[in-house]
Formats: sequence, C-alpha cells, structure tokens
Amino acid sequence: MKKPRTMKLSLPEEELVGSGNLACQGCGATLAMRYVLKALGQRTVLCIPACCWSVIDGPFPYSCLGVPVYHCAFETAASTASGVKAGLEMVGDPETTVVAWGGDGGTFDIGIQALSGAAERNDDILYVCYDNEAYMNTGIQRSSATPYGAWTTTTPVKHFKNRPKKDIDAIMAAHRIPYIATGSVAFAEDVYKKAKKAKDIKGTRFLHIFAPCPTGWKSRPEDSIKLARMVVQNCIFPLYEIENGEKYTLSIKVKDKKPIIDYLKLQGRFRHLTEDDIKLMQEEVDKNWERLLRKVESSV
Amino acid sequence: MKKVIMGNHALSYGAMLARSQVIAAYPITPQTQVVELLSEMCADKTLDARFIKVESEHSAMAACIGASIAGARTFTATSAQGLALMHEMLHWASGGRLPVVMGDINRSMAPGWSIWTDQNDSLSQRDTGWMQYYCASNQEVVDTVIQAFKVSEQLAIPGMVVLDAFALSHTYEVVDIPDQAKVDEFLPPFKPQVRLTPDDPHAFGGLTSPEHYFELRYKLQKDMEKAPALIEETGREYEKLFGRYLGLVDDYLCEDAEIILVTSGTAGYTARGAVDDMRKSGIKAGNLRVKVFRPFPFEHVRRILKNAKKVAVVDRNISYGHHGMFFQEVKSALYGHDNNLPVFGFIAGLGGRDIMPSSFREVVEIALAKDKPEEEIIWIGVKR
Repeated sequence: MKKPRTMKLSLPEEELVGSGNLACQGCGATLAMRYVLKALGQRTVLCIPACCWSVIDGPFPYSCLGVPVYHCAFETAASTASGVKAGLEMVGDPETTVVAWGGDGGTFDIGIQALSGAAERNDDILYVCYDNEAYMNTGIQRSSATPYGAWTTTTPVKHFKNRPKKDIDAIMAAHRIPYIATGSVAFAEDVYKKAKKAKDIKGTRFLHIFAPCPTGWKSRPEDSIKLARMVVQNCIFPLYEIENGEKYTLSIKVKDKKPIIDYLKLQGRFRHLTEDDIKLMQEEVDKNWERLLRKVESSV
Repeated sequence: MKKVIMGNHALSYGAMLARSQVIAAYPITPQTQVVELLSEMCADKTLDARFIKVESEHSAMAACIGASIAGARTFTATSAQGLALMHEMLHWASGGRLPVVMGDINRSMAPGWSIWTDQNDSLSQRDTGWMQYYCASNQEVVDTVIQAFKVSEQLAIPGMVVLDAFALSHTYEVVDIPDQAKVDEFLPPFKPQVRLTPDDPHAFGGLTSPEHYFELRYKLQKDMEKAPALIEETGREYEKLFGRYLGLVDDYLCEDAEIILVTSGTAGYTARGAVDDMRKSGIKAGNLRVKVFRPFPFEHVRRILKNAKKVAVVDRNISYGHHGMFFQEVKSALYGHDNNLPVFGFIAGLGGRDIMPSSFREVVEIALAKDKPEEEIIWIGVKR
C-alpha cells in the first residue's frame, strides 16, 4: 500500500481563533486575526477598540480567542496598548507582545491621535489595522478609509464619496517608526511573515491589512479572497514594507497590472459609477502606484 | 521628615510613596508641578515607574487603564478641561473595576478661560463611579493619596484626590512626609484578582447583554457602599502608624452648635477660622467639612447635624437649574430623617473668587435672620 502523502502547510496548524465566533460569512477581518495570531503565538495580549472584532470575539463572558483581550474605548487602542505594555513590564513580563487591533474607523479617524502619540513616543506596541473601508459594525458608514466613489449609508449614490482614501501608511511613515507593512488576506503567507517580522522588532510597528467585507461592500462572500487578491494585482492596495519611515520595499512586484474595473464590478458599492468616474479612479490608482514606485526606487 | 512643599508636590510625594508603577499624564495648569516632579523622580530612579508622556488626558486615562488591567499600580493627575476630556475613560476605569488613583486640581471650566478654583470640574464627574476625596491641607493630600490606593485596590474602584487650584495646589505648607518603610508596611504591593496576562487568558469588557450588565452595576454600587466603613478602618490603621486620622468628615465645634456651616476643600479651613471668630462674639457656630463626597457619608452627616437648629451649606460649585451639589446631597441625607431642619444653600467663590472669613459671617447672618430659606440659592459676593 502506498503511504498517504501529507499536505504541506505554509502556516502553522495552531488556531488561536475559535470557530464559534460571530463574524459574517466571507469576513476578511477574521482571516486577518487568524493569520496574525498564528505568527504572534500565545504570548500576546490584544487591545480591541469598538470595531467588528469587538462583536466577532463573542459576548461577555465568552471569547473566541486563545489570547487575552481587553475591550477598550473606540479612540484608545494605541493608548491602552501603551499602558498595557508599561504595566506588563512593571509586573515583570517584558516578553508578551502587546497588540492594538482596530478597524479603519478606529485607526484612520477617531483613534489617530492616540496612534500618532504612541508612534511618536515609539512605544513598544504592534498596531494592526484591519481595513474594510467603512464603519461596518455600525452599519456601513463612510470613514476616511473609504475609497473614492464608494457607496455607504452616509455616502448615498447621489453623493458618493468624492475624496480619496486617507494615506494612513504615509502618515505612519512620517512618524519614522521602525516598521510598517501592508497586507491583504488573500496573501496569508505574506501577512504571516510580516506579523512574525513585526513581532521581533522593538518600538511601534504598524500593520495595515486589507480585509474585504461582503456585508458592507455588497459583494458575494465567496468573492472575498478574490477581491483581496485583485486589489493587490490592480495596485489599488499594493503590498509593501516601510522600514524606519524611509526604506520602501515592494512585497509583490506587480508586472501585469490589471485594470480596476473588474474589481469594481464585483462590488455593489461601486455599481452606480459611470465610465467617466471609473476612468478618474483608474487615473488616481495609476498616480498612487507611480508615486509608490518612486519611493521604492529612491530608497534603494 | 518634615518638608515645606506645595500642594501639587504633595500629590507627587503621595504617588511616589505609594510606589506607583505606571504614570501617564498630560500637562494642564495648575496641575503641571505634580507631573514635573514625578517625571524627575522617574528619571533619577527615586521612583521605579514607567512614565508615559501621552498626547492628551483622554490617552492618559486610557494608558492608566491599560497599565492597571496589566496589574500595575497606576497614577495620573489633571484639572478642569483635562478631567472633562477624560470623562468617557472615567466610566471605563470604574466600570472595568480598575483602582487607578488620580489627583484633580479643582479649576473652573471654560469658557471664559479660567485657571482659578471651583469644584464644577470634579463634581461634574460625580456619577462616573469614582470615589472622591476633597482635601484642605497639603498634609491631607499626601495622606489621602496613600490611603486612596489602599481603599481603591481593596474595592476595585478608582479614586480621585481633589484639591483647590492655587489655594492649595500652589500654596506651600509644612508637610510631614511619611516614612517609606512605614508606607510599605501600610500599603502592600498591588495584587489584583485577575489581570490581562497570557498565563491566564480572559476577555475583559466585551459586549454585555441585558442579562448580565445590570448585575455588574449592582456590584459596583454594593462595593461603593462598603467604602465608608473601609475608609474609616483604613484611616485608623494609618493613624496607628502615622498619628493622623483622615476619615470621611471633619467636624469642628458641632456638638453644641446652633448653626453648622457645611463646607469642603480649603474653604472648609477658612470656615473654621470664621467659626472661632463667631464663637467669640457669642454665635454658636460649628463647621462640618465633608472630606469624602463619593461615597457620600450619609450617616455621619445626619449624626453631626442632628442637634443643630440650622444648617448652611456653602458650595463652590453649581448644578445649573438645580442647586449647589453639596447642598443637594446634605438635603438628601436628611430627608426622611429630619425633614424640619432648615437647610440654607449658598453659592460662593465660583471661578476662584475668594471665600473669606467675612463670607461665612455673611452666610451665618443671613441664615440666622430667617426661620427657613426663602430662596432656592443664596448667592454670596455676586455682583448683580
């Protein structure tokens, strides 16, 4: 009899996210947590502000996570994490990785002051922003991470969002923190590798993970991974690292850059856009991509 | 060891002697010297603590909350606008049952900008679930901080130590700085029942349905109700080691007093001087200084006011559309116990206007001239 072959796994088998959680079908935020925790392991504590994950984790007294969680106020992910880190150090635990885990609203908008403060002090925390591009937990309201053109419940199609997504990574780079990386849940190994790298760096580290939201994007749950892959291939959300605020490195060198239209078509939130709107958006994406390439080239 | 120090430094010494482990603070006049001295103490290792120099008071309290849930003894200090900015996080600290101790320098709320004292900043936080101590001397400030940690850590309820801007914060007084070894004997290291650690993973503060939330708040109130006895017991223990008793109230010549002035903060000491003067001129006045506002010492207030013919509460604060807040509390303490005792409500000294011995004489004259109060609020020293 032939010996059965074993599947070669590219990620550790250990799961720190339990199956009985409250995520929607096709939730990218849940995958982001799975991959990051696989990299960080059990000696991790999480500070989770108001966001989808404050629900996904499960109601009191339950938690679907295998690591301790402090549910903190909306705008305090970074400042709470700074306090937790200092507190753990003072009680003799300098090893545990302290993570602030927020959505885009808690990071780009209401939590940016605390995040900027922690980054300027270079507090020894890992900040992870899973970005589903709107306030999904409260029912799909626009945030400053919502892309140009998108429908949300506060940017109805007649007045869709007419400002580009805030460039949070550039803002974080301006703080000259040791490590910044973008990730997308379609690239699990890349997210894992970056979280692992971030874990071993001292100071403020920032991971920005693209996390599709079928509920808010009016997309099919089974398309989440596809969308998370397309957004990288069409360069709307390139994968890269920034070290010490100045060394830019592309994680995936996109050679055959895809047009954004196929990505937009899979999502109801972009259904209203005209050809002219899409042309404008494509130009913006091209410009951003060129700008990033220049930063990458100039840091070599 | 006796030292001449300002009220703000009395807070710093209290935090140092209590061996605070994490301090997170943001500067605001008139609190700055509290954190300046603490940052020096951290820098020269007089105090083994981490000082997080945050970018706002909101983050200051958030960081204290994070440090406290991690198991560290935690201190901060603020004033007025800073305390108001912390408001959300004050609920977080008490709701999360974290014994953070904070100094608040009573400063009037803007606008218009004012750096001078009144109590509206701290009293606006009365329903946040924090214990509140009002101090009248720098000695009391040091002693209160140390005791506040002990009480807070036993009840898992945060504590706010309050002192008047300038009248105390910047006033230098002789303070007997407690001996560190004796403080260590009095206040053991902070050992919370549960904390945020991978060794024993829990989720804290998650979504709490109506099935559970009510009980969490019931328990907070039940523990708050234990505080008066515990503050007294802790005070006696402290007295044995240091010879000074703090307690909930400070009553002065109240036993035979016909009229009792109810006060708080530094105005309380001014009232005491005024009582001495009035006694000399034959008026049987007394003074009840309320040291602890939350929990409110109902029984003590009732017992001390029992034999008075009249009570005059002087508030350096106002609940707009209602009364001065100590006046409200005193009336609520008496209601159902002594409904016939006339209680007069005065408001004085808002925005740092001086409350003088003559202010108290005016108060007493007004109260003695009437059988019962004819106005909801009697204003002292206001220009109409």
